[in-house]
Amino acid sequence: MDKKQEEEENNTRRGFLKKAGLIGAGAIAGAGAIYSALSFEKQKNVSGNKTKLLTQDNKLVEVDSLNIEFTEKAPLEVFQAQGREGIIGKKWVMIVDLSKCRNARKCVGACQSAHHLYPYQYHMNVLQMQENQETAFFNMPKPCQHCDNPPCVSVCPVDATFKRQDGIVLIDNERCIGCRFCMAACPYSARTFQWFDPKEAEKDKNIPYNIELNIPQKKGTITKCLFSADHLREDKLPYCVSACPNGVYYFGDENEDAVTNGTTKETVRLSQLLKDNAGYQLMPELGTKPRVYYLPPKNRTQDFKRTQDDIESKII
Amino acid sequence: MSAINSDYQKLTKDLTNHIRLNKSYLIWMTFLTLSLFACLYAYFIQLQTGLGVTGLRDFISWGMYISNFVFFVAVSLVGMLISAVLGMIGMKWITPLTRIAEIIAVAFSAVAGLVIVSDMGRPDRLINVFLYGRFQSPILWDVTVVTIYFLLSFLLYLIPMIPDIAITKKYNSNMPKILSILYKFLSFNWINKTEQNDIINKCVRTLLLLIIPTALAIHTVTSWLFAVTLRPGWDSTIFGPYFVSGAFVAGTSAVIIAMYFFSKNYKLQNYITEKHFDYIGKLLVLVSLVYLYFNINEFLVPGYKLKRAEAIHLMDLFTGENALLFWAVQLGGLIIPIVLLFFNKMRKPIPIMIIASFVFLGSWFKRYLIVVPTMENPFLPIQHVPLNFKTYSPTMIEVAVTLASFILVLMIISVLAKFFPVIPIHETAKEKGIIEE
Repeated sequence: MDKKQEEEENNTRRGFLKKAGLIGAGAIAGAGAIYSALSFEKQKNVSGNKTKLLTQDNKLVEVDSLNIEFTEKAPLEVFQAQGREGIIGKKWVMIVDLSKCRNARKCVGACQSAHHLYPYQYHMNVLQMQENQETAFFNMPKPCQHCDNPPCVSVCPVDATFKRQDGIVLIDNERCIGCRFCMAACPYSARTFQWFDPKEAEKDKNIPYNIELNIPQKKGTITKCLFSADHLREDKLPYCVSACPNGVYYFGDENEDAVTNGTTKETVRLSQLLKDNAGYQLMPELGTKPRVYYLPPKNRTQDFKRTQDDIESKII
Repeated sequence: MSAINSDYQKLTKDLTNHIRLNKSYLIWMTFLTLSLFACLYAYFIQLQTGLGVTGLRDFISWGMYISNFVFFVAVSLVGMLISAVLGMIGMKWITPLTRIAEIIAVAFSAVAGLVIVSDMGRPDRLINVFLYGRFQSPILWDVTVVTIYFLLSFLLYLIPMIPDIAITKKYNSNMPKILSILYKFLSFNWINKTEQNDIINKCVRTLLLLIIPTALAIHTVTSWLFAVTLRPGWDSTIFGPYFVSGAFVAGTSAVIIAMYFFSKNYKLQNYITEKHFDYIGKLLVLVSLVYLYFNINEFLVPGYKLKRAEAIHLMDLFTGENALLFWAVQLGGLIIPIVLLFFNKMRKPIPIMIIASFVFLGSWFKRYLIVVPTMENPFLPIQHVPLNFKTYSPTMIEVAVTLASFILVLMIISVLAKFFPVIPIHETAKEKGIIEE
């Protein structure tokens, strides 16, 4: 009886060990196979060429160039995400030196061609001003003032126009419903509406919408000065600023207290420039807190009267 | 008892007699439908080509459509004035006018919503208002309160009419079959039980209480669409009451025109009597005087100071491009009617209807004068733009789309007034002592 039992026990133990051994060996072999397969797969996707990429949340990552996949939808999403967030740590500011403006209108042209606008549509217009009958005319370039208390943003019913952390007021023409409340609210008449098909609507049709350039422009929506947010992202000066032949514009970062002249490329202290030249804002009494400063039109070298251009006799 | 019965029968016959399909009604509705389609074609062109088919451009970016929207909201306010304010302070003479006022409130507030859509550059994105709505925008407030006001007005039209629907179904034999099915459904089995009447009275009382703040809100918020901006002419603290009092003028004149029309066409002279025209004439004088008071405040105070931007705007109205229209509206639409309506003879049906028509027309142009001249005079000069960017004149397309909104209002009024009793039957019978409470 005892012997029998012992034998049976031995049998079961032996059987167990046998099975366990088999399974173990199988597992090791399997794991080995998977491992080698994996490393083979891995090897296949390594070219050795690393590419540096900026993620949507602004982190720099290194990716093997073979692992980069291009997707259809991504550009719009990226443009929207970065466009709404703004450029971190910046506070953009523009200075317009009225004493230097000769109404060359190069800023207007550069802006209109960058944003695909008709000649009568302005993100930036140069107005000929006269405070009263006795005082002299002067030219006043007028972009969007990118107010820190923007009336247009307050009244927008759908968050299509918004204020970014870097001070820029943008318009999302993918969302705009065309109610034009922002135009009514803006005391600087800074906004333009696409009453008809935009200038290059057909050509731009398939470009992913870049909120920082507002292209493609869309019928039935608002367009406005963007402080050339797309250029700022590339560390370039705005289109108007670099197009000026007369050194009218300074542009820069309030946080750094430094602004660069678009013509001379000279960088000066913002606070010093405003202090030395008695810089002022347009209609500060309205409480809009503009981010555009003007330097008074003193010591102008040329004299002129209000002129009309061809477009003012047309009907469009 | 039999005398009471015959009185009651005469009453129901008189007040439901118009509920039948007749030839002139069909011709009228066909005419309206065809005109509506013609005008909607204009809107179709606008959708295809863009808002550029209007006279609007970058500087005068709000024009006829927005003026018309303000006017529609204004007219609809009269529902609240007559039913709620006058009703709750116990004015008995308004009984035959309450439903006319509610019809006007329902029709104008319903179409006001469409008018604002016609002004949108991207009506296809209307849903964005609900998806991305930001509550600091007065447009959101306006959408909210106009919707609520329309619903309250509709209930205030329908619920007090439940007894009348039951009565009409019982006594009117010449109504079309399909209408009789609708009537069965809408009468909610009303059989003049005390419990039923109690429920109706409670509902109506609650609605009347709710509609007063809502009505004040819709027009105050509509005025804020302008008053929250910084522009001269709009940047005013009294815009809320200024608009509300103006709304009562516009609405009362609309009710007078409708009263005249219904009393004549539906042969209701025994119910809408000269007394009613006399009383509502006095009401029109009262609300017009209040409105005149706000007008004086609105123009005299800034006109006294003549701040630079305000001065440009005011001079444009007083002596400039818009002066002719301004004085025509102020005199012909407000001051002369007030003076005329002081005379008893002028509060007879025909003269008061003519005066009310001038007031009504004046009220429309008044909204135009509130919207357009301010936009024509922005803070900074309008330069380097085409000629037509500097002044505004509406195009035929705009006129047609605006006409479409009026046609739609007329259609709603025509349908409601044709197929439902225009004068409350049950209420009138109670007041005349024909039936017991």
